[in-house]
Amino acid sequence: MPQFDLTTNSNKVQSVLTVEEMAQSRKIQRRRKLIAFAFVTPLLVFVMIAFIAPIGTMLYRSVYNPTVAQLIPDTLEALSDWDESSDARPDDAVLNRFAVELRQLAIDRDSGKLAEEINRGLPGSSSVIKATGRKMKKMDPALLSSEGASLLIATKPQWQTVEIWRVMKKSGAIFTDSSYLTALDLDRNSDDEIVPRDTQVYIQLYLKSLKIALTITLLTALIGFPLSYYLATASPKTANTLMVFVLLPFWTSLLVRTTSWIALLQTNGVVNSVLQYLHVISEPIEMLYTEFATVIAMTHILLPFMILPLYSVMKGIDPSYLRAAMSLGAKPIPAFIRIYMPMTVPGLSAGALLVFIISIGYYITPALVGGTDGQMISNIIAFHMQSSNNWELAAALGSLLLALILLLYWIYDRLVGVSNIKLG
Amino acid sequence: MHGLRLTAWAVLAFLMVPILVIIPLSFNAEPYFTFTEGMLSLDADAYSLEWYAEIFNNEKWLLAIKNSFFIGLCATIIATALGTFAAIGLSNPVMPFQRVIMAMLLSPMIVPLIITAAGMYFFYTQLGLSGTYLGVILAHAALGTPFVIITVNAALSGFDHSLMRASLGLGAPPIYTFFNVIMPLIRPGVISGALFAFVTSFDEVVVILFLAGPEQRTIPRQMFSGLREQINPTILAVAVLLVVISGLMLLTIEYIRARGERIRSGEI
Amino acid sequence: MKALKRLGVAIALCTAAAPVMADQFTAVSFGGAYGAAQQKHMLDPFMEKTGHKILFENYSGGIAEIKAQVESGNVLWDVVDIEVIDLERACSEGLLEVFPHDTLPAGDDGTPAKDDFSPEALSNECGVGNIVWTVLYSYNKETIEGGQPTTIEDLFNTEKFPGKRALRKRPQVNMEWALLADGVPKEQIYDVLATEAGQKQAFAKLDTIKNDLVWFDSWSQAPQLLNDGGAVMVQSANGRIFDAIQSDNKPFEMVWDAHIYDLDVWAIVKGTKHKAVAEEFIRFATSSKPESGMQDVAYGPTRQSSYAYVDPAIIPRLPSAHLEEGLQASGTFWADYGESLGEKFNEWLLN
Repeated sequence: MPQFDLTTNSNKVQSVLTVEEMAQSRKIQRRRKLIAFAFVTPLLVFVMIAFIAPIGTMLYRSVYNPTVAQLIPDTLEALSDWDESSDARPDDAVLNRFAVELRQLAIDRDSGKLAEEINRGLPGSSSVIKATGRKMKKMDPALLSSEGASLLIATKPQWQTVEIWRVMKKSGAIFTDSSYLTALDLDRNSDDEIVPRDTQVYIQLYLKSLKIALTITLLTALIGFPLSYYLATASPKTANTLMVFVLLPFWTSLLVRTTSWIALLQTNGVVNSVLQYLHVISEPIEMLYTEFATVIAMTHILLPFMILPLYSVMKGIDPSYLRAAMSLGAKPIPAFIRIYMPMTVPGLSAGALLVFIISIGYYITPALVGGTDGQMISNIIAFHMQSSNNWELAAALGSLLLALILLLYWIYDRLVGVSNIKLG
Repeated sequence: MHGLRLTAWAVLAFLMVPILVIIPLSFNAEPYFTFTEGMLSLDADAYSLEWYAEIFNNEKWLLAIKNSFFIGLCATIIATALGTFAAIGLSNPVMPFQRVIMAMLLSPMIVPLIITAAGMYFFYTQLGLSGTYLGVILAHAALGTPFVIITVNAALSGFDHSLMRASLGLGAPPIYTFFNVIMPLIRPGVISGALFAFVTSFDEVVVILFLAGPEQRTIPRQMFSGLREQINPTILAVAVLLVVISGLMLLTIEYIRARGERIRSGEI
Repeated sequence: MKALKRLGVAIALCTAAAPVMADQFTAVSFGGAYGAAQQKHMLDPFMEKTGHKILFENYSGGIAEIKAQVESGNVLWDVVDIEVIDLERACSEGLLEVFPHDTLPAGDDGTPAKDDFSPEALSNECGVGNIVWTVLYSYNKETIEGGQPTTIEDLFNTEKFPGKRALRKRPQVNMEWALLADGVPKEQIYDVLATEAGQKQAFAKLDTIKNDLVWFDSWSQAPQLLNDGGAVMVQSANGRIFDAIQSDNKPFEMVWDAHIYDLDVWAIVKGTKHKAVAEEFIRFATSSKPESGMQDVAYGPTRQSSYAYVDPAIIPRLPSAHLEEGLQASGTFWADYGESLGEKFNEWLLN
């Protein structure tokens, strides 16, 4: 890029310019910066609002959970004096205040919200809260403020236990790291120590996603390399024609390609029929709804992302290097490995990083062809968003994934430079 | 060398076969995703156009097609306009914080869609934008801008910013400068960027799944629920139409590129 | 300048003039053969009778979408067909309108609504029971080996009946079946399942057939798997199998032992702009004649007077004819343990 701006030459210029001229040039310089910035501003503002703010909201959501604090503020205030590490439940005064609040929640039809939150910390308490709420709804508030404790306990004995109050106090925190702990398969015990959780799910899923993404990256490199090399060494006309076969899949909708893989891999699908026709197998093999299906379909979908950067790097390598090495007595294969391969590393690393970054967060293809063992971390995020309604956990899982992606993106930017991404 | 050619062709086959295989299947007279015996023996009765007819007789597919084009076009206009301006600014060597801003503006391309979709679901819902055309269009425009920046940026490499300054310095108004000095040089980049932005929106389904209401159902959304619910060859027929559309897009892009190269090398 | 103006106009058009759909409301249900029956017997006659237009959408259950719509104040769905498991939660979280049960019309034979409906159908203030449906397992007569399975134990007996079994990927029903097949009496199922030991027992039972299991996400996949050989036995909503037998002459057989039945309910999303029409629609859809139309997919009506319209040949194939072989799904239990068992289930799947 031609550099005509003054900053690069300022040292030389300094000696010949007067003070006024320098001030003038700085002013012009500032103005140019401002103009350049003005061009970028509309998009910057737009991306901030339409994209960065939503991501920020998600990060915020992963630590911010005001639901319980909004539902039972009075009870939580009363609970603040109670020592949750003690073995005795809070005293009757606290329970009375809770009974009054629960009655109001039941009347406003909000008791379910409280039940869902508390149930998350103590499975089984949802029905306790809702049943008690239904009972309290019919009571006189004046009676509840004096006799609430015994009425609660009479309805459900669980109100006598320490656990439910512990969970209530814990869930009352507006800002909490508990979603992150869950996302890392950790938990906090009653002594405030961090311990492994009973159920170990998410770490395994992260590892599995990493494994699948790595497999796909290796596969695309392995089969993308020979094709790119062939294209790079073929005549320009052949290369341009064959490039269409790489670009057409690249431009084809991801859902179309996923649909194709369903047609190919299903029990009575094309692959099984062909294999049976050729007597390679006698019984159809289960391929669809497996990890294998996820890996092969995603390899197909992401292969162009490997081939395009590899090809453009290889095209720039002068074949005479290899010839020179061989004329100096090197054998073809060692010469290829020691001379040619290292020169392709920029393309290979760019392609590999791109494929890895894209595949680690993939959702659609695993959801459609992955069955149970082909699921990745994105699928569990979608599950918590859409089915279990645990948005805080979904946000925490998403934030961890985002951190991983941004780290890779940063590496990519250092190694390749984001402005060097080429398309098509 | 022989082995290399064989391997290369095998990889090309791996790339193309899955796309080609759905074409005959979409003409299947039976409601399955498989080749029937009649199809293999080229019996004309085993083939039918009914799945194509089904697309155009089904209100849901028609609405989806209309929505896909409407949302895609609107998102493309926004993404192309904003992205082109930004790329011009970013390619200027005096641009402050160039690297950081570039990384930020390209991030919609890198962040996994499920995260984008979840974030947008939280944020747009608060603004009352979920389940509206506006919300979906803004979301898709944001996803499309990185592609416009990349292509316009590539077209601008080698662009001499002093040209712009000269034009402005000679008293031309900025808008005149933009359309008469910059635009002719970067038009191929803008058009391919616009096509990329359009395809991004046209293919996108994750954000739609989270953000769109029933009225904003698009083709990919309809395909997604079809694949999860009731698999039938209508989806294959739609898929074939989409392959044709992507083929046309590819041809357009290649034509523009070839023309651009010829312009640069002074042939035209 | 002209170009810029044009651009401005285009953007303005895009942001302001999105296609406007006037005078219609959205009903949401589960699609497939069931959705088609609802379209035919509930939606189409209603549209014809009143002139209102209904946009009919599919979803796969759950309350997340409803919750988002209500909390954002942007209600897109007006009427939903919801499972009782979700209804309980949605109603107690204030996501649904209260439905005035006293406005329901009497049955066609004159029986007042409150006596005509089964008590479960009106037990929740937020909705009106629409059908009785059930989850059972079915096998393909042509691909099954080892005889004819008849009990829930047979589903877990891979020695006698080899081959893949397809189950829906969630703890619901599967946990109940595991315990039933392990000999836990029907009336204790949910008490046992509430304990740590009971949950372990259920997973241990599922472990015995884990390698022979195929998982699916949506009910419509069940008949497909049975048809294309993906499995020899599948868990399914009874209507889907019935429809495959009835309309496509598939060689499928249903096993009624230990089926888990439940109700589906029409309810109105809180804050809808079409509340009056929505109520009118529900009153129509749950009246005697439209309800009886669900016999197309072998779902039983919730009101007695509808049976007058049901083909006597179909009555034995409705869940209501098999209640004593089955178990009613517990909405309360799944509201309590759905999430924690969901996580444990995912963990179990991964290991």
